[in-house]
Amino acid sequence: MEVLDLARLQFGITTVYHFLFVPITIGLSALVATFETLWLRRKDPAYLRLTKFFGKLFLINFAIGVVTGIVQEFQFGMNWSDYSRFVGDVFGAPLAIEGLLAFFLESTFLGLWIFGWDRLPRAVHAACMWLVHIGTLFSAYFILAANSWMQNPVGHTYNPETGRAELTDFAAVLFNPVQLVAFPHVVAACYMTGGAFVLGVSGWLYLRNRHSDDDRALYRKGLRIGAAVTLLAGIGVAITGDVQGKVMTEVQPMKMAAAEGLYETAEECAPFSILTIGSLDGTEERFSITIPCLLSYLGTGSFDGQVEGINDLRERYVAEYGQDPGQTYYSPGDFTPNIPVTYWTFRLMIGLGLLAAGVSALLLWVTRGGRMPRRRGWGVVALSVPVVTVLASSFGWIFTEMGRQPWVVYGLMTTEHGVSPSVSVTEAAISLITLTGLYAVLAIVEIGLLAKFIRAGADPFVEPPDPTHPDHDDDAPLVFAY
Amino acid sequence: MELTTIWFLVIAFLWVGYFVLEGFDFGVGALLPVLARNDRERRVMINTIGPVWDGNEVWLLVAGGATFAAFPEWYATLFSGFYLPLLLILLALIVRGLAFEYRHKRPEDSWKRNWDLAIIVGSVVPAVLWGVAFANIVAGVPIDADFEFTGSIFTLLNPYGLLGGVTMLLLCVTHGAMFVALKTDGEIRHRARLLAVRVGAVTFVVAGGFWTWTQTAHGSLASAPVLVAAALALLGALLAAASGREGWAFTGTFAAIGLMMVGLFTALFPDVMPSSTDPAYSLTVTNAAATQYTLRIMTWVAVAFTPIVLGYQAWSYWVFRRRLTVEHISADAPAR
Ligand code: HDD
Ligand code: HEM
Ligand code: HEM
Repeated sequence: MEVLDLARLQFGITTVYHFLFVPITIGLSALVATFETLWLRRKDPAYLRLTKFFGKLFLINFAIGVVTGIVQEFQFGMNWSDYSRFVGDVFGAPLAIEGLLAFFLESTFLGLWIFGWDRLPRAVHAACMWLVHIGTLFSAYFILAANSWMQNPVGHTYNPETGRAELTDFAAVLFNPVQLVAFPHVVAACYMTGGAFVLGVSGWLYLRNRHSDDDRALYRKGLRIGAAVTLLAGIGVAITGDVQGKVMTEVQPMKMAAAEGLYETAEECAPFSILTIGSLDGTEERFSITIPCLLSYLGTGSFDGQVEGINDLRERYVAEYGQDPGQTYYSPGDFTPNIPVTYWTFRLMIGLGLLAAGVSALLLWVTRGGRMPRRRGWGVVALSVPVVTVLASSFGWIFTEMGRQPWVVYGLMTTEHGVSPSVSVTEAAISLITLTGLYAVLAIVEIGLLAKFIRAGADPFVEPPDPTHPDHDDDAPLVFAY
Repeated sequence: MELTTIWFLVIAFLWVGYFVLEGFDFGVGALLPVLARNDRERRVMINTIGPVWDGNEVWLLVAGGATFAAFPEWYATLFSGFYLPLLLILLALIVRGLAFEYRHKRPEDSWKRNWDLAIIVGSVVPAVLWGVAFANIVAGVPIDADFEFTGSIFTLLNPYGLLGGVTMLLLCVTHGAMFVALKTDGEIRHRARLLAVRVGAVTFVVAGGFWTWTQTAHGSLASAPVLVAAALALLGALLAAASGREGWAFTGTFAAIGLMMVGLFTALFPDVMPSSTDPAYSLTVTNAAATQYTLRIMTWVAVAFTPIVLGYQAWSYWVFRRRLTVEHISADAPAR
């Protein structure tokens, strides 16, 4: 293996790992803040119990999100120094702004929220979680602006003297057409995941059915709110994803062709295949279930639009970019990404997302009007929804990133040219092995903790202290302590 | 003033902020096995930094991000060159960050002991390695004409670099002890103050040696008064601690670390990473910088948002200003 392979493997593993926790952080922060606000408004103790219960699970998740994020921030310089030199002028700015605007906000107000129960007036306390959520949205916006620029580099010129891409229009980078569709799509996916998390945990506890009436009412609330959020966000994901497909066909036609394994240009009414058995390399006849004209619709918005095939695109790219960027580990060369990966990840993203939304709708249906299904199997069904949504997000990223190959910055720099020249194979291997090893251990620890606290369920209601009250004892033991 | 100079100052400011803030929480972590006699005292110590350590760490992320944006070449050379030390720092910060959150989540002693170890190692290792890294940046490292680092990890482990590492660790420990003295009450407060004076005296000698070496070998006319001021601040901190004025003592170590960083950056300017191979290959504020356009945008963003960030971070320190004692940590607190 070369440094390039190790660096790619490390980036893929660490980023997908980071993004297992990110959607839960983004979605759950909004839901916890909503629960706390509902408690303040309605004075229903169930909402405070939900706030505290999901708050606790949120913190377990957030911690891993933070520490794996730090790796991402450093990794560009460590493994991708030539990439960093080439793009720093454009790419560094959103990253730095993310830190200044988002990470300070998230971390400071989360500290205030965790330890502030007996220090802050109640409305201020709830506002802290809203600010954390706003921080996560800022974070998503700026990091996605950076990523969208890699998908569709805008607002820059190439300076041959310095040999790098230089920023000419920052607004163009912030309002990149790819960004304008990717941000809503990703945020919707995050809300879907947050909703699914609440649905899964509450649903599992609810359907285990050995609780007091109070508890049942509480978990029922969680289940139904979670399911509604998952379903609505799922619709949002589908709508934004549909728009995204059109933007993608325009700016990265190769990705769309690869997603379909479409070798020959379809002049009109390109079909969308649901699944394929046989080879995807375009040489052999294959068996596939297709929906007529759907690909044309996804790619162009009209059922008889033309969708360019891989073979034509390949010729066009070779004419445009001259030399072939060569064979790399993931990319078979000729400007073509790995077809089976793009084909299957695209389908898995969509399929699993639809599945999650469908199951949520089903759970809403079977619990309608106070009903409670007797079978315990429903609890497992509920618990599988967050797993499915998290998988859908991961496949979405793997599709987006691997579909961009062999480019690291589309049309400007191939991945193999971005890697650090001064890093040795040994160093890269040490880094890959220690990080993945540590991440594996952390996954076990995290799952163990989540399982423990989910099984324990929500704590009984305790009226939190009110520091604005004249009798408040300023020197009482901490309500929350590490 | 040139925009590149302004951004050199901004980066220096961010690193100063990082070390004066995370410096004390590294110190608190490193002192966990020394200052605390039992689990409740350990929890008191951890809770003094509980609400703020993550916000402190973000200074590092922003320093890194701002270096990427304003001096891409510097970011690329530094992070790919100091590869293994940075990896160690990353691993340390990962386990340390999780330890704060997870340590109290299970009642078993072995669970707590393991996370305590993570806090201790996770605090000591980055403090030492950052010291080593900054000493080497100031001293210069082998860099070739393509701005690539050509040394190895052993290049960095030279006597001057190691002295820088020990100095940084000792300063953080003293700073952390001053912080515990300032933020707790009862026995642990007095123990912390005593320790701060004792460790502080050793720190004064070691740091004095490092600063003198820095000034004679790499210093400039401008860095001399700054490093002298750092020494005076540390001395003042020790005197204040000895006479029981914890607020001043903490201010003193805060200033000492901050001034040391200012001194190092002053010695560095206008280079950002001097090359020991050939001065012509040194990275400077000019040849490592981003374009004027990018720097201008970043300046506007920084001017608009830094005051807000400083404001709410200060507010959070104000909210959690009360001293903690073991009485605040209920002994039978459920594990959650
Ligand atoms: C769509 C959202 C999103 C995406 C694509 C990424 N992140 Fe992330 N990141 C977040 C959304 C987020 C977050 C929601 O803001 C997190 C998740 C958990 C958390 O604590 O904050 C976070 C945490 C987080 C942290 C720790 C912040 C702290 O200490 O509070 C860093 C340094 C990064 N991220 C950096 C990155 C980098 C360099 C990425 C690109 C490869 C990246 N993230 C992808
Ligand atoms: C969190 C969401 C993300 C996920 C899950 C993700 C996933 C991946 C995967 C799977 C790869 C490996 C692809 C391959 O090697 O063929 C990759 C590569 C890469 N991605 Fe992403 N990515 C994410 C976000 C980002 C963002 C936000 C950026 C930039 C800001 C980015 C920059 C890169 C770079 C530089 C590479 C390495 C070059 C390469 O091998 O393609 N990624 N990513
Ligand atoms: C009908 C359903 C969906 C459609 C049509 C769709 C469409 C798309 C498209 C076209 C892209 C690639 C954009 C590009 O590379 O330029 C994408 C990426 C992505 N999708 Fe989906 N998607 C759907 C469902 C989902 C679901 C259910 C999730 C997760 C819960 C999800 C999460 C993601 C993520 C995280 C990315 C990568 C980030 C990005 O480029 O936006 N998608 N999706």
